[in-house]
Amino acid sequence: MEKKTPLYEQHVALGGRMVPFAGYLLPVQYPTGVIAEHMAVRQHAGLFDVSHMGEALLEGPDAEKNLNEILSNNFTGMPLGSARYTLMLYENGGVVDDLIVYRTGQQKFFLVLNAANTQKDLEWLQLHLKGNAALQDISAQVAQIALQGPDAAKLLATLAEQSLLPVKYYAFTENVKVAGAVCMVSRTGYTGEAGYELYLAPKDAPAVWDALVAAGATPCGLGARDTLRLEAAMPLYGHELSATIDPLSAGLGFAVKLDKPEFIGKGALLAIGQPAEVRVGLKVTGRGIVREEEDVLIGEEKIGKTTSGTHCPAVGAACAMAYVASQHSAVGTAVEVLVRGRRVEAEIVPLPFYKKSR
Amino acid sequence: MNFPKHLMYSKTHEWVEKINETTARVGLTQYAQDELGDLVFVNLPAVGDAVTEGHSFGDVESVKAVSDIFSPVTGKVAAVNEELLDAPQKINEDPYGAWMVEVKDITAFGELLDDICYAAYCEAAQDA
Repeated sequence: MEKKTPLYEQHVALGGRMVPFAGYLLPVQYPTGVIAEHMAVRQHAGLFDVSHMGEALLEGPDAEKNLNEILSNNFTGMPLGSARYTLMLYENGGVVDDLIVYRTGQQKFFLVLNAANTQKDLEWLQLHLKGNAALQDISAQVAQIALQGPDAAKLLATLAEQSLLPVKYYAFTENVKVAGAVCMVSRTGYTGEAGYELYLAPKDAPAVWDALVAAGATPCGLGARDTLRLEAAMPLYGHELSATIDPLSAGLGFAVKLDKPEFIGKGALLAIGQPAEVRVGLKVTGRGIVREEEDVLIGEEKIGKTTSGTHCPAVGAACAMAYVASQHSAVGTAVEVLVRGRRVEAEIVPLPFYKKSR
Repeated sequence: MNFPKHLMYSKTHEWVEKINETTARVGLTQYAQDELGDLVFVNLPAVGDAVTEGHSFGDVESVKAVSDIFSPVTGKVAAVNEELLDAPQKINEDPYGAWMVEVKDITAFGELLDDICYAAYCEAAQDA
């Protein structure tokens, strides 16, 4: 039995096509359709219900130390009001989850976890916590709305005091009133556009959502969320990241600090050295849509496999991400992808596929 | 939902327009395009290909998924609507104008419903 987010009624009222996702009922699209929703984010401002994500608090004198030892990024000296993207690894270097850590206090951190991995993440963290630090699952007390697009700042400023809104990417501000409701507002997102993620009490979510829609934001579903993140080459756990994929092969070295004294998975990453397979972007040059789990070939040789793929509306082409053998990963390499028995020509291109213009 | 009276419909949501006893045009119904969502790619057969009633003769791709198109007739492909190859969204915009193939030398028609029966069939499918 799927759970409903605090915004379920909003989605139904807007004509959302509800589907089960990570244990919740969420809209895959509204009558607008995936492509129009995608372009609304690229050109104006789109709105997403992301309340299904998991949230946790880690508090205590040893909180920072635990984050440094359990996660791949460095959290020493992380400023208050800043957020950091990080991986959480298994001993063998594979990924437990990718997550964002917000520093809300000297000894207090707010963690945002993938919906599908929330339980697994909490158990892993709890298992590895040492010393004076306490972990609290607050997922049920936090609703989340994402506002993304070139007009997001202008739009949000009509509902909140502009001087209080975070400006720098990955900065956040707590206790900002948006449409009268107290929110934590962060300059983060999963679309490749400038925008915000609002964390707020579930009871306040419907009114804030309605206010943002009234102010001109276009409601967007899971379909557009996926096409947007793919254009922006953002990894999705279960596709570009998994228990059998390490973050260096994934091209996420910026979130892995190998110079830290110790963290789970460090030894395995050092042993891997140069990855044998790396994540690349493919742009289809032939006819067809490349999707996940399709073989990438050069002639008769299989050089890799795709992990995600779809038609990318703002790029105007079908694009995919894949892991291919390092020696064949140069930009410009011509490949073919086996799509339901048919060879579709593609080319390795730089990531991201789409870069925002303003 | 719009289901023009002069067309016949298959249970796999294709429409058939009989041009004469052995020639027909085939497309996807409004119900089909609504279920599929924004179409981004169409794979159609070639002129001269044989099609068999009840068997897939091509597929359409929406942003999220691929779906087979099933031939409601047995015959030979006489014409293909090339326009759809570059503009698959025309199927969403005008499902009954966006014919996909014209089939000639028809030797068999599959089980086809009139607009009333098809409308009822779609309603039942929605409630399921």
